[in-house]
Amino acid sequence: MAADLLRTLLRRPAGLISATLLCLLYGMALFAPFLSPTIPSAQNLQRTYHPPTALVWQKGHLCVQLYKLIDPSTASYQALPGQATPLSWFSRGTPYKLFGLIPGDRHLFTVSTPDPVYLLGSDATGRDVFTRLLYGAGISLSIGLIGVALTSFLGLTIGGLAGYLGGWTDTLAMRLTEFLMAVPGLYLLLALRAALSSRFPSDATFLLIVVILSALGWAGTARVVRGLVLSLRERPFILASNILGQRPWTILFRHLLPNTFSYLIVAATLSVPGYILGEAALSFLGLGIQEPASSWGLMLGQAQDIKIFMLNFWWLLTPGVAIILTVIAFNLLGDALRDAVDPRFRLPGK
Amino acid sequence: MSTPLLNIQNLSVHFPIRSGLLQRPAGVVKALDNVSLKIEKGSTLGLVGESGSGKTTLGRVIVRLVDPTSGSVSYQGQKISTLSGSSLRPYRKKIQMVFQDPYNSLNPRLRIGTILAEPLEIHFPQMSASDRSDRVSELLRLVGLDPTHARRFPHEFSGGQRQRIGIARALAVEPEFIICDEPVSALDVSVQAQIVNLLMDLQEKLDLTYLFIAHDLAVVEHVSDQIAVLEHGKLVEEGPSELITTHPTHPYTQRLLSSIPSLG
Repeated sequence: MAADLLRTLLRRPAGLISATLLCLLYGMALFAPFLSPTIPSAQNLQRTYHPPTALVWQKGHLCVQLYKLIDPSTASYQALPGQATPLSWFSRGTPYKLFGLIPGDRHLFTVSTPDPVYLLGSDATGRDVFTRLLYGAGISLSIGLIGVALTSFLGLTIGGLAGYLGGWTDTLAMRLTEFLMAVPGLYLLLALRAALSSRFPSDATFLLIVVILSALGWAGTARVVRGLVLSLRERPFILASNILGQRPWTILFRHLLPNTFSYLIVAATLSVPGYILGEAALSFLGLGIQEPASSWGLMLGQAQDIKIFMLNFWWLLTPGVAIILTVIAFNLLGDALRDAVDPRFRLPGK
Repeated sequence: MSTPLLNIQNLSVHFPIRSGLLQRPAGVVKALDNVSLKIEKGSTLGLVGESGSGKTTLGRVIVRLVDPTSGSVSYQGQKISTLSGSSLRPYRKKIQMVFQDPYNSLNPRLRIGTILAEPLEIHFPQMSASDRSDRVSELLRLVGLDPTHARRFPHEFSGGQRQRIGIARALAVEPEFIICDEPVSALDVSVQAQIVNLLMDLQEKLDLTYLFIAHDLAVVEHVSDQIAVLEHGKLVEEGPSELITTHPTHPYTQRLLSSIPSLG
């Protein structure tokens, strides 16, 4: 069934492209320690706001162009013509732990000189934006997935039960969702952050953010699922199942909830960006991911400095590009998935 | 006389109308008002009336989708309108329903084989998987479809074919009594005849009893032994079908009859 679904999905161009892109992004996030030349907290105060280093081909090696700092006040650098240092592949560097478990010190590429390689430039303290982007992807992308999984589960369970059981369960659940939706999101976000922060140690901020975002997000899903279940409940195929004497739980799980999946899958994939942005908002306010860890939201927050716009440090906005790519990929995937799960949209042939 | 298969006595169903902020009852809709009917085993009772006359509600009370306000429904002398839970289960097997809308009566996400296996899982839990698929093939053949259709999804079928699948699902539990709730009104005229003939063939083959609900007297006249006419929840006329169609006494029945288009 799952293999069948995957095949249907990958036969669509949109599904194939978005799935590939997302696999690439998640792969980059998973193998960030190996793919990045250094670690996200490595500073170099002599090399702040360094522009992306050019790669040149010299003496049969792929080399990194060297730069000279001209004016520290405006952070302007000048390439030193003819001076380049070769990239060394799979060499030992800063030790890390892959997946938080497997220790290693091999990096895909590093440079041997003290001048670091900045594929996407450096930030205010000379940290490598490329490295931080890769490490940040882990946090930003997993917040979306875990958050959406939690929200969909809560929304489906609460909305499904409210719609199917009706009565006081329905009333209770719907008044709760109304309350959650009536309170302005930002206040609730801040209130929850304040209320819950004492229960989570500071290194579990990540978990805390996921819990906060899911607690805010399930209400909308639950309401729509409830509405869907209410309308499905009176459809003849549900009545037929009732007349056959099917158990209510079986009706709920076999007939009602699967018919809400095409909505749920689309809603879930479309709300992933919301979580990425939610994390960004919290991090921007200083309530989310804390330094020295990195996330796309945190990086964008730091890039909101007026100086960065004035001096055109465009490379600091690359996390925004990453977010846009992810959002588009999730939207495309959502569309393709909706068609793939709905038997009516199956492509002809097998 | 023996006891009739189904005996409906003084059945009333009232739906309250609630209005205002506090949802106070503001009145009632009398969907059924003091209706009494008998259906003999092996016969067909045609139930006619306009939209909103309570036909569908009557069918739903019999299968216990709607609870009666007063009165009772007895099946083979056993009062079933107050049964619940496990005591109702044997009657779920005996009384089945065929629905009006073939496009909504099959779960779009399940294959035909799964849809037809569901009643078997409920009422014949001891059946092995291979027996079940044999029975599904048999049911498909019984309603004039191909056993290979079990692997397909509902959207791959036409309205008439779906209605056949709906009939097969009702037949799966080997029922004695089937409520046909406007089984042909959503279909093309040419397909209507096929489905009506299928239902009549099945009645003969399987010794079924029908409650045939329709708003079209022409169809009902063709299939029924007895006809009952409902108007605004009240039974206005009842009798053998030839008598009703040739010598209607109630003005409402006369009106229904004169609305049948005829050739010539």
